[in-house]
Amino acid sequence: MIASSRDPNREALAVAIALLASLAIGSALMLVAGKAPGHVWWLMVERTLFTDAYSLGQVIYKATALVLTGLSVSVALDAGLFNIGGEGMVIAGVVACAMTGSALPASTPALVAVPLCVVVSAAAGALIGGLIGVMRVWRGAHEVITSIMLNSIVAGIALWLGNELLFQNGTTTGPPIVAGAELPQLGFGGSAANLSVVLALAAVIALWWLRSRTTWGQALLAVGRDPAAARATGFSVGRVQIYAMLAAGAFAGLAATNFVMGHKHAFEEGLGRGVGFLGISAALLGRMNPFGIVAAALLLGFLSSGGLAVAQEVPKELTEMLQGVVVLAVASAGPIARRYGRAAKDVPADPVRTTGVA
Amino acid sequence: MIAALFTTAFLAQIVRIAVPYVFAALGGSLTERSGVIDLALEAKLLFGAFAAAALGHATGSAAIGVIGGMAAGSLTALAQLGCALWLEADQVIVGVALNLLALGGTRFLLQVIYHEGANSPPAPAFGDSVTSNPLVLGAVVAAILVPLAVKHTRWGLRLRAAGDRPDALVAVGVSPRRTRLYAALVGGALAGAGGAQLSLAVGGFSADMSSGRGYIALAMIILSGWRPAIAALACVGVAIAEALNILIQITHATVAGHRIPSELAPLLPYVLTIVVLAIYNGRSRQPPASLGKL
Repeated sequence: MIASSRDPNREALAVAIALLASLAIGSALMLVAGKAPGHVWWLMVERTLFTDAYSLGQVIYKATALVLTGLSVSVALDAGLFNIGGEGMVIAGVVACAMTGSALPASTPALVAVPLCVVVSAAAGALIGGLIGVMRVWRGAHEVITSIMLNSIVAGIALWLGNELLFQNGTTTGPPIVAGAELPQLGFGGSAANLSVVLALAAVIALWWLRSRTTWGQALLAVGRDPAAARATGFSVGRVQIYAMLAAGAFAGLAATNFVMGHKHAFEEGLGRGVGFLGISAALLGRMNPFGIVAAALLLGFLSSGGLAVAQEVPKELTEMLQGVVVLAVASAGPIARRYGRAAKDVPADPVRTTGVA
Repeated sequence: MIAALFTTAFLAQIVRIAVPYVFAALGGSLTERSGVIDLALEAKLLFGAFAAAALGHATGSAAIGVIGGMAAGSLTALAQLGCALWLEADQVIVGVALNLLALGGTRFLLQVIYHEGANSPPAPAFGDSVTSNPLVLGAVVAAILVPLAVKHTRWGLRLRAAGDRPDALVAVGVSPRRTRLYAALVGGALAGAGGAQLSLAVGGFSADMSSGRGYIALAMIILSGWRPAIAALACVGVAIAEALNILIQITHATVAGHRIPSELAPLLPYVLTIVVLAIYNGRSRQPPASLGKL
C-alpha cells in the first residue's frame, strides 16, 4: 500500500476513505468524552482558521516541521526503508544547531551564521540517518529496530549534553544562539511561525525535482519498487538506500531550524519531541507525494493546534490519539482503494514487503 | 556495590524487570513465527498495563486486573490483524500506528475516566515480593511452554507453517489466516500479561509506562533468530543490564573517580542492541519465510 500507485483517482479515494474514517472515529471519541461532535469540530475550525491569528500561525509553525519530517519518512520509503528514526534525527539537529549557533562570535553576520546553522542541522540529522542506512545495508539490521534504539540513545545524549554543558543555572534551557543565526518570525499574533517555512518549501521542491526529473530519483524509486529488478538493471541497491537514509536524516535535521533558529533561539529539553513520529502520519497521508505531504502537514498541524484551541471542550489527548487513527486509517485505506477503485494497469509492488522486512 | 550484586534484593529486582520483557518476547515470537510482523508489542504492553490497572482499581482484585490486561493485549492483536490481514494494510505501519494510538489512547482514557493527566488511581499492587507475584510464575511457565508448544504440538507446527509455507497449509485444508489469528490472539494475551506486570507491580498506571520495552523485546526476538526460548533469555540479559543500572544510580558508583552519568547509563541496553545487531549479521538467521506477506 505504501508505494503511491500513481493513479490519482485511487490516491484521492484512499485519502478520502482515511479522512472519513478518522472523522468518524474522532466524532465517536468526542461522544465518549460527552460532547457533540459537530459543535467541537466547528469550534476547532472557527478558532483555528478564522478568529485567532495566533492559532493559524501555530498551524504553520507545526506544519513547517512536519513537512520536513514527512519528507524524511517519504524519501526513505521511496527506497523501500521505513524510517521511524525521525525523533532522533530532529533532536540531533536541534542540539547541533543550538550548540553551533551559541558558539559563534556575537558579531557573526546572518550571511554566515544562518547558512552554517542550517548546514549543521542537516548534517547532524544525516549522521543518524546514515548510521541507520549503513546498519541496514552492510549488517542487515532492520532499520525500524536501529531507529528506535537510536531515538532513545540520541535523546539520552542530548539530555546529558544539556546537563553537563548547556543548561544554565538550574533551568532546562541552553545558552542563546547569536542574533545573526535567528530567523525572522512571520507575525500571526505573536505565533512561532517563522521564515524556516521557506526552507521547508524549498526542500519540498527539491525532493519533487529529484524524484521526477533526475536519474537519482529514478534509481531511488526503482530500488523501492523492486530491489531485485533494480539490481538487475545495474543500480547499486545498497548505495541508493544509504543515500536515501542520508537524505532522510538531512530533511529531519532541518526541522531544527524551525525550532531553534525560528522560535526558541536555544536548546531546550524536549524541543522538537514528537514531530519525528508525526512525520510518519504526514508522509502516509500525503501518499509519498512531496506536495501531498504539505497538505497533510497542514491538516495535522491544524489537528494539533485545533486540539489546544478546544482543550476546554474535549481533552487535548483526543487529537493526539487521532493522529494514530489517521495513520492506521490511511494504511488500511490504500489497499481498499486499490481493490475497489478504478483498475490501474500496473500496480507497483509494495516496497516494504519486497525488501523482506524482518 | 559489588556485594550488593549478590543479594536476593538484586535478584528480585532483575526478575521484576524481566517479566514484562519476557512476556512480550514470547508473545511476539508467536505472532512473528506465524508470519505477522509484530511491531505492535508496545501497544499491547501499554493497553495491557492500562486495562490491568483500571480493572484492578475497579474490582480491587489483581487477578481480574491480569485477566483484563491479557484481554486488552488480545484485543489489540485483533485490531492489528484486522488491519493487516483483512484490510491488507502494511504490517510495519499498522504496528507503528497502533503504538501511536496506544500512547494517545491511554492518555485519553486517563483523562476521560479519571480526569487525570498522567496517572491512574491506585490499583492492587503485587509489590516487591517476587514469590507472591503470580505473573513471575506465569512468565517462567510461559517461557517453558511457549517454545515447547511451537516446536512439538500440532498447533505449533501449523503456526510455523503459516509463517514459512502458508501455501502448504492451504494444501492440507487449514486456513493460514485463521492460524495467524489464533497465534496473534495468544501472543497478544501474553504481551498483555507483561503489561499487567508493568502497572500492577507498582500499583497503578502512568502514561507511557511501557517506554519502548515492546521495541526492545522485538529486537531480542530478531536477535534470537525467532527462537522464543532464546529471546526470553536475551530479555533476562536486558533486565540484568537495567537492574545494574539502577544499582549504579543508587550506590553512586564511580569509575576511576568519575560519576557514571545517570543520563547515559540507561542507554546501555540500546547501545548493546545496536552493537549486537552490527556484529551479528541479521542475514545469518532468516526470519520466517513468509513474514509480512499475505
